[in-house]
Formats: sequence, C-alpha cells, structure tokens
Amino acid sequence: MISFKNVTKRFGDFVAVDNLTVNFNSGENIVLIGPSGCGKTTTLRMINRLIEPTEGVISINETDISQIDPVELRRNMGYVIQQIALFPHMNIAENIGLVPYLKKWPEAKRKERIEELLEFVGMSPSQFYYRYPNELSGGQQQRIGVARALAADPEIILMDEPFGALDPITRITLQDELLEMQDKLGKTIIFVTHDMDEALKLADKIVIMKDGKILQYDSPENLLRNPAHGFVEEFIGRDRLLKRPEFINVKDIMIKEPVTILPERTLTQALEKMRQRKVDSLIVVNSSGKLIGLTTANDVLENYDKAEKVSEIMKEEVYFVTEDANVSQVLSIMAQKQVGNVPVIGEKNKLVGLITRASLVNVLGEHLTA
Amino acid sequence: MTLLNYFINNPSTIFRLILEHLQLTGTAILASIIIGVPLGIAITRFTRLANPILAVANVFQTIPSIAFFGILIPFLGIGQKTAILVLFLYALLPIVKNTYTGIKEVSPFMIDAGRGMGMTNFQILYMVELPQSLSVIMAGVRIATVINIGTTTIAAYIGAGGLGELIFTGIQMYRNEMILAGAIPAALLAILADQVLGYVEDRLTPEGIRKKKS
Repeated sequence: MISFKNVTKRFGDFVAVDNLTVNFNSGENIVLIGPSGCGKTTTLRMINRLIEPTEGVISINETDISQIDPVELRRNMGYVIQQIALFPHMNIAENIGLVPYLKKWPEAKRKERIEELLEFVGMSPSQFYYRYPNELSGGQQQRIGVARALAADPEIILMDEPFGALDPITRITLQDELLEMQDKLGKTIIFVTHDMDEALKLADKIVIMKDGKILQYDSPENLLRNPAHGFVEEFIGRDRLLKRPEFINVKDIMIKEPVTILPERTLTQALEKMRQRKVDSLIVVNSSGKLIGLTTANDVLENYDKAEKVSEIMKEEVYFVTEDANVSQVLSIMAQKQVGNVPVIGEKNKLVGLITRASLVNVLGEHLTA
Repeated sequence: MTLLNYFINNPSTIFRLILEHLQLTGTAILASIIIGVPLGIAITRFTRLANPILAVANVFQTIPSIAFFGILIPFLGIGQKTAILVLFLYALLPIVKNTYTGIKEVSPFMIDAGRGMGMTNFQILYMVELPQSLSVIMAGVRIATVINIGTTTIAAYIGAGGLGELIFTGIQMYRNEMILAGAIPAALLAILADQVLGYVEDRLTPEGIRKKKS
C-alpha cells in the first residue's frame, strides 16, 4: 500500500499538492486525473522521490520512503513517461535490461528476462533484440517502454501519461494490453492521464484532482453514478454521464409516433397496416389514445381463421415504462420479461412512444463508439 | 622543379618539422580536451557559470594569434611553452562549447527516464549524456585541431618550431621553394586532420543514432 499523509509540495509560492492524505491499495490500477497544474504529476513523482515533498510523509508498505535511498527506491519501481525516452544509443535489449544491469544481475539472467519480456509485450526477441529504438514505431517503442519498466519485476509501476503521444488506434491497443497485463501480473499501477475515457477504461480507482487537492477518489462506476457536484460533474462531462444507460432518459430516445391500431379493427386491417409501415407489431390504443394492448404479426397470422377483431387476439398484459424512466430500467424489463418492444406512457396512461431493441442498440452503440 | 629538389634534398628536415608541428598541436589539443571536456560538463551542472566561462573562452579566441603571442612573451619568453599555452587557450572554446552544447542538447526526458529508473548522477553522465553528445564533442575537437594546425604555423615566429619555420625562413631568404615546402605540408596536415577526425566523429556517433540519418 502506498500512503500519503498530510503531504504538501510547494514550488516557491505555488502550492502544487495541498495537504494530501490518501491510501492506494496494492494490486490496484489507480488513475490520477485532473486539469493541468492540478498536482497529479507532482503526486506521481513524489512516489519515486523525483520530487521531494515540502511537508508530510509518504510510505510504502508502512516504510517512510524518505528513509530509503532514492536510487534503490527507483530501481524497485517501474517508471514510464509520455515521451517514452528509450535511449537511442542502446539497442532494444540494452534498453529493456537497463534496471537489471544497474542491479548487477548476471548476464545470462538478464538475457533470459529480456527475451521473456519481449515475448510478453508481443514482440519477437529474434526480430527485435538487437534493433534500435528509432527503427520502431511509436506504439512499439512504448511497448518497450512498458517492458523496460517491468524488467526487474517491481511491485509498483508509475506511468505518467504513457499513451498520450500515441495515435488513437495505437493508444486503444496499448490500453487493452495494459489491462491484460494487469490481470496477469497484478501490479500496483499509478497512472496519470488527462483523458477521462482512458481513466474510466483503465482504473480500479480514479483520483480526481484540482488545485493540489483530491476532489473525489472512487471507483469509475461510483464516479459516474454519484459525481461530486460542481467541478467533478463538469470534468467527467455531462455528455459522458448521459451516455451511461442509467442517465439516458426514455423520453429522449423513444420512437415518438409508434404504429398503433384501434381494438375494433379487423385482422386484415392490422396486417395491411404492418405491411405498409414495415413493422411486425402494433400497439393497441383506444380512441382516446390510452394503451390497452399489443399485438404481433405472429399473433395475427396464427389466429387469422379463428378471430375477427384485434381486440380478440391482443395481449393485454403489456410491460410498459413511464416517460421519466431511464434506459437501464427498460433494459432490465426486456431481459426479465423477454420482450422486444416496450411502450412508453405519459399522463392518464396515454401512449407517447415506443422503445424497441433496435432503437436501444443505436443509442448504446453511440456510447460505445463515442 | 626546385621545390621537388628541395623535398628530395631535405627529407629529414621536413619530416622533423612535421613531427614538431604535430607535437605542438597535439599537446595543446590534448591539454584542451583534458581541461575542456570536464569544464564543459561542469558548466552544464553549474549553469550560472556557463555564460561567464564561455565568454572568457570566447575572448581568447577573438585575440589575433600574433597579438596573443606578443602579450605572453614578456611573461613566458619565446619558445614552445608560450606557443603551447596560446594553442591550448585557442582550442578551449570549441571544445568547452561543444561539450556544453552537446550535453545540453540531450533531451531532459532521457535524463528524467534515467533518473526515474534509478541511475546515479554519474551513471546518467556516462550512460546517457556522454554517449549521446560524443559526436558533438568530437566535432569541437576537430574544429580546434584544424584551427590549431594553422596557428601552429605562426608559432614558428616565436621560435616554437614546426613547419612555419620553413615558411618564415623562406620569406626572409626569398626562396619560394622553401616557403612552399613548409606551406604545402601544413595545408595537407590540416586537410588530413579534418578528414581523419571527421571519420572518428562519425564512428563515435552511436549506431542507434547514426541509423536515423540514413
């Protein structure tokens, strides 16, 4: 566990980190996020003593790190930065094996570890061992950057916007690989970013910072569900909040003029209406627009010889939601009751709209691709 | 043809003077490297000293060589000692400046990465900064050497020896073949030094950085 106790860092008059007290659990992916100047990078860099706190105590597993030799401390911690900063005069193997070299591992052990790590980040040792950084793409370089941080198998890895300089597609790939790595290795990762999507995707816990203070420290789910009022809400983005199913209002996405039919119509008329409007079900409403039932093409065809009017074959037990319901509720109705269409009713049970599976897929799909 | 005859008749004199010339230049350059490189490194650590020190080195180089000799003769007399001191001071600026610039040009992120991985200050210097600035430092040595081969020619005027001796004597005796017998080897030495050190500079560029250029 990494714990900060009343930690303050001042640069001259500027308070970068303001009386921070927080614990980061082992094995978790902690993402520090906030606007520039919020103190997230300073917080990160105090963990490996690249920056010394002005006041307060930082400890790792109960040991005050100011009592540990900074060189020793850093050799036992991974460090990855946005600029990647592989050493251009060293080949890939020398770059990955740097910390083991500093720790004076025997050569054979180093070589074995380097090959293992190259395999681990999906780059074949025979192809890359003797290559130089400038022969690699940005994504490959940062894979090596991550491998380099893992080399001496540290418990804690510090990552300062590691994917910030990569193109979006590569960034997403490396994020996925990091999650996979985290599943396999269970490292404690302290990860700084300013990209909320990245934070939501990677974090076990998110720390939202502003002006050197923590505004909220929570799981991504809780952060979205109960964002602290004001800045946090704004920072997460209304947009992003709205895209979560529980924040999408049924009213905003329903089909506003669903195809309806009166109960006294004949089955032939029902079929004709379905054919014309290209739907496979009709909502039955009375003359004042009140929802009274539902019928499908199947029902009509099966009963075509036996019945005459829609009222005779319609299902009267209809699962509906009200206008102020959210998409999450609709989803659970669809799942539990095995229905594909959920009518939406307003005042006096009047039908105001319809949610179909297709319309939901559209909305949630937007969320996934946004 | 008299020039050719001169070469044929005086091979040992010319050879001796070439060696003397190289010895003068070489001693001064070596001293400049021994003093200049550490000084260049030092002022990257104590940046407040960088400007004053570079300014002083710059002044040395601005003084015309013959005037510089003149200034030092009252204190040190004539001869090799004075010559080497002047040559040394001349070589200082390119070497100190290139060392300073070369190291300063190493990306601060490289240094941050090195420190963050647990390198000591000395390891950062010899594992990160020096390998990446070696070719720039070497370029400074090359410039200093080429300049000094030229200046050494003038040092003969204060009795330091070297190929300048033939040139000055030749001028006094109105013997063109003698002048050329000093001037041509001096010119060739400068060109050769430039080529050889240029090659060394290239070889000292680490492989991973050199590949980028191709």
